[in-house]
Amino acid sequence: MSETLALHAPALVILLPLLTAPLCFLFSRAANGVWATALLVSLLSFLCAAFLLEKTFDGRVLSYHFGGFPPPLGIEYRIDMMSALMLLIVAGASLLGLLFARRSVARELPAARQSAFYVCYLLCASGLLGVAATNDAFNMFVFLEISSLAAYALIALGGDRDRRALSAAYNYLIMGTIGATFFVIGVFFLYAATGTLNMTDLADRLHALPVGSRSLYAAEAFIIVGLALKIALFPLHVWLPNAYAFAPSAATVFLSAAAAKVAIYALVRFLFSVFGLDFAIGGETLNAVILPTAMIGMIIGSFSAIFARHAKRIFAYSSIAQLGYMMLGIGLESREGLEASFVYLFNHALAKSAIFMALGCIAYQQASMKLSDLHGIARDMPWTMAAFTIAALSLIGAPLTGGFIGKWLLMDAALAQGFWLIALVIAAVSLMAVLYVWRVIEAAYLKAPTGRRRGAPRAEAPRREAPFSMLLPLWIAALLSVYFGVDTRLPVGAAEIIADSLEAAGQ
Amino acid sequence: MIPLIAPGWLLLGGACLIPFIPKGAARTSFMLALPLFGMGLLWLIPDGSLAASFGGYAITPFRMDGLARIFCLIFLIATFLSALYAWHLRDSFQHVSAFIYAGAALSALTAGDLLTLFVFWELVSLGSVGLIWARRGEGAWHTGLRYLIWQMASGLLLLGGALFFFRETGSLAFDAMTLQSPSAWLIFLAFGIKAGFPLLHNWIQDAYPAGTITGTVFLSCFTTKLAIYALARGFPATEALIYIGVIMTIFPIFYAVIENDLRRVLSYSLNNQLGFMVVGIGIGTPLAINGAVAHAFCHIIYKSLLFMSVGAVMYRVGTAKATELGGLYRSMPLTMIFCVIAAASISAFPLFSGFISKSPILSESLGGGYWVVWFLLLFASAGVFHHSGIKIPYFTFFAHDSGRRVREAPMHMLLAMGIAAFLCVAIGVYPQALYAMLPFPMGDYTAYDAAHVIGQLELLIFSALAFGFLMLSGLYPPEVRGVNLDWDWVYRRVLRRAFERIGGSVLVLGDKVWGYVLGVWGVVYSVLARFYGPGGLMGPSRAAGSMALWTAILLSLALLFAYS
Repeated sequence: MSETLALHAPALVILLPLLTAPLCFLFSRAANGVWATALLVSLLSFLCAAFLLEKTFDGRVLSYHFGGFPPPLGIEYRIDMMSALMLLIVAGASLLGLLFARRSVARELPAARQSAFYVCYLLCASGLLGVAATNDAFNMFVFLEISSLAAYALIALGGDRDRRALSAAYNYLIMGTIGATFFVIGVFFLYAATGTLNMTDLADRLHALPVGSRSLYAAEAFIIVGLALKIALFPLHVWLPNAYAFAPSAATVFLSAAAAKVAIYALVRFLFSVFGLDFAIGGETLNAVILPTAMIGMIIGSFSAIFARHAKRIFAYSSIAQLGYMMLGIGLESREGLEASFVYLFNHALAKSAIFMALGCIAYQQASMKLSDLHGIARDMPWTMAAFTIAALSLIGAPLTGGFIGKWLLMDAALAQGFWLIALVIAAVSLMAVLYVWRVIEAAYLKAPTGRRRGAPRAEAPRREAPFSMLLPLWIAALLSVYFGVDTRLPVGAAEIIADSLEAAGQ
Repeated sequence: MIPLIAPGWLLLGGACLIPFIPKGAARTSFMLALPLFGMGLLWLIPDGSLAASFGGYAITPFRMDGLARIFCLIFLIATFLSALYAWHLRDSFQHVSAFIYAGAALSALTAGDLLTLFVFWELVSLGSVGLIWARRGEGAWHTGLRYLIWQMASGLLLLGGALFFFRETGSLAFDAMTLQSPSAWLIFLAFGIKAGFPLLHNWIQDAYPAGTITGTVFLSCFTTKLAIYALARGFPATEALIYIGVIMTIFPIFYAVIENDLRRVLSYSLNNQLGFMVVGIGIGTPLAINGAVAHAFCHIIYKSLLFMSVGAVMYRVGTAKATELGGLYRSMPLTMIFCVIAAASISAFPLFSGFISKSPILSESLGGGYWVVWFLLLFASAGVFHHSGIKIPYFTFFAHDSGRRVREAPMHMLLAMGIAAFLCVAIGVYPQALYAMLPFPMGDYTAYDAAHVIGQLELLIFSALAFGFLMLSGLYPPEVRGVNLDWDWVYRRVLRRAFERIGGSVLVLGDKVWGYVLGVWGVVYSVLARFYGPGGLMGPSRAAGSMALWTAILLSLALLFAYS
């Protein structure tokens, strides 16, 4: 049984949500039914991912051949530690987001669109899972597009609550499409030069080719820029804040935890496993491009977060800064840097999804997410805000939370190469995080509720604590972000294996 | 290796349980039981350490040896006494803060590596700031923030130092180091802030008088002595410490003499006492380190006793200003006696605890050939006698009668003060018990030889005479209501003014330039908006357009890099 499962788990983890989504769309209109199906499928998918992680934790690599056609001709799913970790993050985020979604979606979306939401959600999840699992470059493009198209729709569904969601989705659509196009152009160049799409095979053939093929250099440039757009790497980040801020709460939870991180995964996969650091854009060049852009992104994102007035947008901007941290570790191109990035990525997924769930709980109770309308909300929603505070501490990087170990490893990695200035920037940006988190804490805990609210028309019910079904996933994420700050075996152990294998591949 | 939970972790665990125990006798008994239980654990735990791994780093979350043990013991005693003193308190926020504070300090004592130390170092800051914020109100809030900024700065320095240290040595172990690498300097400064080094000291006098009555007793015990422990562990026999310590013993005296708020007088005198310990660590011989440790031990007891007695007066009278007190010996005779015992201890009267702990430091400074240091320490001792030994009891309980008639301090406060006073005398009379617990063997050292006793008595008598003469002749600086300015005035006022002034002119200039820029931009924008704006030529969304542009720029850059 276990062996059969091990044999098919790499496919099941993706196919389950991918096939369920259209079935749901065809056969069920009842939102609750669709939700229950999606939750069940997500749970199964999560279990598969956990199983795969356990199987690969000794450094083993699982290979699944679709239809029995062996690679390089057939499509191969290849699960190593890095893929397994990403599968776990995506499936876990999807599960938590769905747990959270039922009441939140019921409140935020009109009844007619609720089942569509869950269908898009499942499609988006399966797309992201597929990117993490596949070892075929074109297949990766397909999954990237599945996830992106679903994400545009998810964001646009926020339009019933706030019309700005529509223009945000439109912007994202334009940018995402450019990114995807760039990516696929790069993949075609690669295919034209090597005649293969299997990534392992690609890497072998690339390095057998005589050096100096212009089209291959162009391929790398297109792929890097295309993926940078999906990551929202500075200066290509402009689509992200509004997209996260105006999407339905449950969609923001999932997207912020999983979407950009999968794009980072894809970038790392191409840079280290396919091209290798000795290729056209690698080594020094990559260092010179990624490190500064990542740092500028960290600083600009944090500044924007400090000055933002919309609670959800504060943390959307913070995501840009946090993605900068992850890119920084990758830009260091060292074993320590990669390890730090993946630990950071893991912990950030937990902390950020908890934060957006807390904000979703608030959005459940009141329409406005402006900071000035959050005054004194901790009195009405103590459990929500307590979990928010825990997650925010992890975001800042307070000791004994997941965020601390990520930042510590990152600073250590920077110092290992003598970049003490980078370490200083990391510390400074963490202090900026204190500032923007503090603005929310101050509003929620220290400010008295404004008179305007009291004088507001009676139509708005008094604020109360969010329902249990929303608090449960919120607290799971918040407590896990503390748990993994103390017991670091899973994230650090996985990241060590990833860094080792990438370093071996990158040489 | 260690079958039992570390005492600090016990207190931290207890702190989490406190809110769930109903207020009143049940909770206070629980809070008293915690340190007692901790002492039992301390008795049972053998020397040794616990190795663990955190995020791939080898760490030592627990280590017990002679140095840590005696500090643990005194921290537990202090926790017990402070909790007893706070028996009447019904404030969950203060209870939890105090026990997190004490637990974190104890855990920091048993931290065997810099990472663990950093974690508890920060927790100490968080717990202690709660005791300042617990006074509530705007002023307490701002004082707490200022205090927290200093403490966080110390924490960040320690973190940076730990990172550099790991890169230099490949280990995070917290042991003796030398001031030769940047990492050691960062860590040294981090310790220095908490130890109240000169110019880094203002947070003590700013924050301690601002704590709650019971909170300040806690505050006076842990933070600074944790730093003394850390210096003794990390930088023994560092010569710079001798001179830093001497300055610390001297400068607070002048402030203490003219200060009116008695809790602030005590804060200055605390700073001065820390100086003696720092000198002892700087000299670094086994006997001198022993002296520093013993002095920290005795100091925690008599200093908290002083804060307790002044706090008890504050509890009954409502103020701790010298100008508004006096003549209270009639109303609070027991408190007066305890205060005098503490004053005698801090002034190092023979047969009181301060004497037996200070004399090893003095004799080692002489033995090490530091004549000037020795002389300055003597001067400082006279000063201590002056402001803590005489001024505190004199202005509180004697001097001109303020006319206030209040009740004696409550029973639990008297009990706490009584135990502390008993310890002061017991240690002074029978120092061997304390000497036996010190990290290094004391041999046949005795504080009670003719030279020490006579020398000290001469010093005390002459400074008492000087005080009497100055008081009678009216030359003694009278207590006046006022705020005395310390070094923090420079950064809290002068620098801020300068910053505002410069910042203001920069802003004015910036506004002008910005005005022009905006003007030009307005023209450009209106042109652009015609193309990019809603209904414009280039489509409805500027963001998408500009981002596509950026994408193109980035792609050309990437291609440039690829082809170069």
